Amino acid sequence: MKLIDVFLPASAAGIIELLSPVPPGWGGTLLVGLLHSVEIAIGATCLGLLIGTGGAWGKLYGGPVARDLLAVYTTVVRAVPELVLILLLYYAGTDLINQVLAAMGYRRVDISGLAAGIFVLGVVQGAYSTEVIRGAILSIPQGQIEAARAYGMSPGLMLRRITLPAMLPFAIPGLANLWLIATKDTALLAVVGFFELTLATRQAAGVTKAYLLFFVAAGALYLALSLFSNLIIGRVEAWSRRGMPSIKEAR
Amino acid sequence: MSSEATAINMAARASLWLKPHRIALILIALALVFCAAFFMRWDWLPQYWQMGLLGIWRSLWILVVTCALGFMLAVPLGLAQAGGPFWFAVPAKVFCTIIRGTPLLLQLWLLYYGLGSLFPQYPWIRESWMWTYLRQAWPYGVVALTLSFAGYEGEVMRGAFAGVPKGQLEAARAFGMSRFKIFRRIWLPQAFYRALPTLTGETVLQLKSTPLVATISVIDIFAVSSKVRQDTYLTYEPLLLLALIYMSITGILVLIFSRIEARIPVKIG
Repeated sequence: MKLIDVFLPASAAGIIELLSPVPPGWGGTLLVGLLHSVEIAIGATCLGLLIGTGGAWGKLYGGPVARDLLAVYTTVVRAVPELVLILLLYYAGTDLINQVLAAMGYRRVDISGLAAGIFVLGVVQGAYSTEVIRGAILSIPQGQIEAARAYGMSPGLMLRRITLPAMLPFAIPGLANLWLIATKDTALLAVVGFFELTLATRQAAGVTKAYLLFFVAAGALYLALSLFSNLIIGRVEAWSRRGMPSIKEAR
Repeated sequence: MSSEATAINMAARASLWLKPHRIALILIALALVFCAAFFMRWDWLPQYWQMGLLGIWRSLWILVVTCALGFMLAVPLGLAQAGGPFWFAVPAKVFCTIIRGTPLLLQLWLLYYGLGSLFPQYPWIRESWMWTYLRQAWPYGVVALTLSFAGYEGEVMRGAFAGVPKGQLEAARAFGMSRFKIFRRIWLPQAFYRALPTLTGETVLQLKSTPLVATISVIDIFAVSSKVRQDTYLTYEPLLLLALIYMSITGILVLIFSRIEARIPVKIG
């Protein structure tokens, strides 16, 4: 048995034909899946950042009730498997929206898989980014925030001008890690039946029976996405640390 | 005397923690739990609890085995990257990058559907003793989870091995220890202490990855809950109970690891 038979069991077509982006090949399907994965990852990260910024603000400066509720939120989300949370939030979220719509006298709607996926992963990401951003805000030298207060800045202005820019260099490594986790967590939506890269791969592999070939190809796409992200992250990190001593010198 | 003092100390701490708003929140939470217990349907529990216990046992078993095997793989992976020669360090680095750069679900399906569809084509595999294992699903799940844990933990161990102060190793060499003895007595224990806090997090993450094996037809606790949902057409009850079970296991894991962490000497390096 030659090596090529390992990748193409009982299939007449060659590797190039199977992976070509035009219809007889399945490359196009994989790329559409990758596009959906990236869309969800971007959406979920943005939603997670919004929730995380609000959550960190609430945890640091909120009232006692808000702090405790946020602590429950971050603890629960970080203790329960993403797969279980995805199922729970998916059903609960669509149910809730439909019941609200029914109560207001509208007809039931079908929630698009994209919106549901972004919502579910965003809530999960929010818990993690709350902790990352909270830690980053705590790393800002306290005097900078006190100085902003002494200038009489309103909380919103202080957040925009001082806290967010000053915490960025501390938050970027953690947030970059969260982005990489988000790109990989999109694969879990395949279990709920959302058409992203992993599900696309499984369909292509199931039809053509060339399982190994397609799973390796999808792995290469995910890996390329991770490595490309790392490249961008390095740039962003260097930009956010501009004017600060480099990590090596600081040691 | 000292026991009295600790009792007073604990009471003081409890009264600090139990502020009025906390009591109100706890009451609301209890009310929610009672509502869930009375207004939701739990009549399926007597029929499925045995299956559920078996599922929990299987999840825990997979967790323990994959963490142990993965850690054994992670030590050489970390060592190769931290102090190994070029031809060991590069493959270890590539392995960690690939494992960390692709989703676990894809790795699992690659092994189960990819390799699993490949093995039956070779007659000598089907005739060998391995076939009884290779035709089942759980070995693929265990291998995938082990490799994943090794990949993530290998990166952690690399940092831990590199973080052990040079002076410690030089002192050991000055004592005339052999290279293996240095590794066994000095390098590995100190690196392990350094990696322990991260190891807690990685173990919890591994627990949260175990439900993925349900997608390749291993009957763990997640698969049991899916079966209950299919049989009874209930959506929330099995999922809520499942979330509660995972939260309890996470809590127990964190407790065990904090006990272990409390036992190791704090001052290192």
